[in-house]
Parts: sequence; C-alpha cells; structure tokens
Amino acid sequence: MSQAIAPFPEVAHQHAVFPDGLPLDCGAVVVPLTVAYRTYGTLNAERSNAVLVCHALTGDQYLAEPHPVTGKPGWWESIVGPGKPLDTDRYFLVCANVLGGCMGSTGPRSEMTDAEGRGLGRPWGTDFPSVTIRDMVRAQKRLMEHLGIARWLAVIGGSMGGMQVLEWAATYPDAVLAAAPIACAAHHSAQNIAFHEVGRQAIHGDPDWMGGRYWEEGRIPARGLAVARMVAHITYLSEQALTRKFGRRLRGASALTFLEDVFEVESYLRYQGSTFVQRFDANSYLTITRAMDFFDLAAEHEGDLSAAFRGTATRFFLASFSSDWLFPTSESRAIVRALNAAGASVSFVEIASDKGHDAFLLEEPEFHAALGGFLRGAAEKAGV
Amino acid sequence: MPEAPTDIRYVAKNMRLDLRLIAEMIPHGAKVLDIGCGDGALIEHLTREKQADARGIEIDMAEVTKAVSSGLAVIHGDADNDLAFYPDGGFDYVVLSRTLQAVERPREVLRQMLRIGAHAIVSFPNFGHWELRWRLLTRGRMPDTETWNRPWYETPNIHPCTILDFIALCEMEGYRVEKWLAVDERGLKAPWRRSVRLANLFGEQALFLLRRAG
Repeated sequence: MSQAIAPFPEVAHQHAVFPDGLPLDCGAVVVPLTVAYRTYGTLNAERSNAVLVCHALTGDQYLAEPHPVTGKPGWWESIVGPGKPLDTDRYFLVCANVLGGCMGSTGPRSEMTDAEGRGLGRPWGTDFPSVTIRDMVRAQKRLMEHLGIARWLAVIGGSMGGMQVLEWAATYPDAVLAAAPIACAAHHSAQNIAFHEVGRQAIHGDPDWMGGRYWEEGRIPARGLAVARMVAHITYLSEQALTRKFGRRLRGASALTFLEDVFEVESYLRYQGSTFVQRFDANSYLTITRAMDFFDLAAEHEGDLSAAFRGTATRFFLASFSSDWLFPTSESRAIVRALNAAGASVSFVEIASDKGHDAFLLEEPEFHAALGGFLRGAAEKAGV
Repeated sequence: MPEAPTDIRYVAKNMRLDLRLIAEMIPHGAKVLDIGCGDGALIEHLTREKQADARGIEIDMAEVTKAVSSGLAVIHGDADNDLAFYPDGGFDYVVLSRTLQAVERPREVLRQMLRIGAHAIVSFPNFGHWELRWRLLTRGRMPDTETWNRPWYETPNIHPCTILDFIALCEMEGYRVEKWLAVDERGLKAPWRRSVRLANLFGEQALFLLRRAG
C-alpha cells in the first residue's frame, strides 16, 4: 500500500457556486465558495417541508443513492425513502458536502484561489484555511438561501452531523423548526481529540504525505490515511460488537500456527482502511478532524451551554446509544439538561444497542421509530 | 416505578381515570411538566384537547421510546436527578402521578416541583387506608392489597405516607393546598370530601393541587 495510488477519479457533483465567497471564523475568506449537494423528494409549494441532513466526518452528500465513486448504497439509505422515517414522499431532503470536504464542496482538494477568487492552478492542500463546525453551517446557510428555503422543517445529523445540528440551532434558531442531534456532544472530549491526533500523526508520518503536497507527485499518503481510518473505526464500534462480529477467529485457519496468522478483526480493519483511501482526501481528513476538535458550543457562549439555546422555539430530539463510548449518553444528557435549563422542548432516548457509535447508521428499529415519530410530530405542528 | 394495578378502568383515549381527574385541574393552554409520564397519555391529551405545551420525564426507556415515537416531548430521566436542571417558574403545572412514594427524596422532589412550577399536582396511594391498618393490626405483617401488592423486600414504594402525613408536610413547607380529593383504586372520586380524617381512612388514592406560598 506504500506505492502510489492513482489520484481520485474526477466526478462531477451537483453544486452551487457563491462568487462572493465565505468569511471563516479564522479570519480568512474562501472565494468563491462551492457547495456540492444532493436532494431527495420534492419541495412543496409553501417551501415548508425541507429537511437538512448533515453528514458525519467521512460521510458526504450521497445520502440515499449509490455513491458515484464507490458504487456503494447511500449512507443513510436504510431510513430515507418513501414511507421510511425520512419519508421522501413527504419531505424534501437536502444533504450537502461539508466545507473542507472532498466530494465537490470547497476544500483542500479544490483549486486554490486568491482573495479575488482567481484560480492558482494547484490544490489548496495544507494551505486550506482552518474551518470550524460553524463555518460548515454558514456554508449550508448559503445553500439554503440559494434553494429558496426560509426555514428548515428539521435539521438532522449524527456524530459530526449532530454537532452541525447543534450549531444550526444555536446560530440560526429561527431557521430551524426541529433539530435532531444524534449520538453527538456539545464539545469534542480530550479522548476524542486524542484519537484524532493519532490519525493525523499517522498521515503526517507517511512518506507519501510529502508535507501535504502529495498531489505534486500524483501520490496519496494511503498508508497513513488507512491507519487513521483503522484507529477511528475502532472508536466507532464497541467491544461487544467486535466480539460478536469477529471474536478471536482467524482468517482461513482454525488454530494458531504462529506463522502468518491473521485475526479476522485485523483483516476487517485493513479492508476498511484500504477502501477508505480510494474515496477520501488526506488533507480533507486533517481539516475536518480539526474542525471537530475545535468544536465547543458552550465556549462560544461564555461557557454556558444553555445560553446557546436561550429562548429557542426549536423542538429538539436527541438520541444516544448505550454502547457508544465515543459520544456516550452522558454527553447527550448534558445537552438535554442545558436545553431544559433554556426552557426548550426536548425529546430524549437512549437506545439499547451493542453496536457502538456506528449504531446511528445501522438497523436500530427503536431509534428509527423515535426519529420518525419526532419528525412527524414536527411536520404536524408545521402543517406539512 | 409503581406498577399500576391492571384493572383500572379506562376512559376515552385509554386514559386512566386518575389522569383524567388531573387533566381537569389543568386549564387550557397551560405549560405542563409531567414527571413519570409513562407513554405520555396525559401529555397527549393535554396537547390535543387543551392546546397545552406539555412535556414529560419518564424513567422506563421502553415507555419513553413509545412516547417519543408518538411525537411527544418526553425525555429519559427521573424525578430525583433531573428536576434540578429546569429553570425557576418554567411551568404552570408540574404533575407527579403515583410516583411520590417511589422517589428517593420526596420532600426535595416536591420543593423542585414548586420551584419549577407555579402549581404542583401530586397523587399518591394513601397508606392510611383502613384495610392497610387492619391487616397490619390483625396479622402483624406488611399489608398486601390491590394497591400495595409487592412484598416489602422488592417494592419500589420506599416512602409511603398517609393523607394526613402529606398535609403535615405541606404545612411544614408552607405549600398552599388549593384542592384535594380522595379517590378509590379505580380513580373514582370518593365521598370523603368534607373530612380529611375520613378520607385518610377510606381513600385509596389521594390527589392534591398545591401552590407555592406567597
């Protein structure tokens, strides 16, 4: 895997361009701003049935259709579609690639531009400015205006998507009727930052990273990025899930030979790592993990999380999963308590699951029923 | 959480009669917090019939999931640990139905209820009922009745009280009793309206509407 892998296939993504660009929290301005997105369902005449779905760290806008690069099904296809909790007969779903991403939105893999938006003939790479979760949300706000939507019926997302949901509700409360931050936290914990740092160091340590200028040689730091993915993937699962799926089973052998033994769990992680590098840009990974690490919603409000939601009319739904140790239930409960203190309307369930953090993407009927019910309740209230 | 007796009579929309009595105490458009809301029957009723802004807390996750799946604003939590996070005066009515005897610190829970809400509505099974007194007197064993139907070593009802006990606590804490009534196990109003002592002897369940003093 240390040899060069051909650069990504160039895929045309549906997108909107904002020539005036986007000022970022760090002070830089990216000009122009491109937001790649996909929509599902139909916007009604009142423009009142739009639901924004925010994707997680390594997700993208291909929510409910085969991925143009990998050919795999959409990442939330299990709950998006006619009659499903995110009912495309009823709602108009919008999903945008985050700022800093690598599926068509402005990010480290886009052509670098100067202050006037003139292309410089090379990718941004590590020169791409630091972005925050709030910057991502501001980019989505531009898309919202472009689509002619004044208010989201709901903003929904898990993990980093949940952070965006919280930021949406805090920054643009009038634009969010209902908010569903799933399996997330109001800040990235020291443990979470630590795991991200291991991943970043793996990328930096790959000779093919070349100080972030790997594109110049047509290389990608595949080995480092794969290790980053492997470490992260462990944090998305639980001890029980790993035991259930793999136990101590060996690949192609029934007993240890002490020669070329490979545990199934090793083989699985290697596969996860090797497929990831075919669709994800290393500099994007560095940019987005950093944005997650920077996230601290309470800090944006003098350390008082409830102040972020004071007086809000948004209805909230939070769900956590019992075996999620990356974003444990205690983090969701802290948000619920802050929302209660702010007088907000909140629903909160902890779903019993052994699937770890990944549970929010998997078959969890109780979670799906609760999310669907919450959304129906919000739609009823809004007359959709 | 105390188990509701199985033979409670249900009225329209499957709402327990005692919940209906509670609902009657709550005016149109009120802001209500229902602690121990179960599957949210009272919340749903208040939302639909009285356009109330009604929210709930429930300890049993299966019930929470049911309530949330019906679109209700219910969180997983409990009376002892979650009330402290609500702001002063955030609600018009805070309801605690058939749960007071099962919380760890009933006095603190009541304080929280009347801090959060202008009114508190509390119902609890009356330990002063003659049948309990009789059984304890004649058998010398913990009572085993329709209401108090779990053995002492596994009952969740760790803080039973009588109607007189409750009134004494309200006096001590300076809460105003705006309304009270004693009901039988099925939630029907019992005719002991005029005498607290008779109600304490014959009422199986008690229902109180309290108000913060001053």
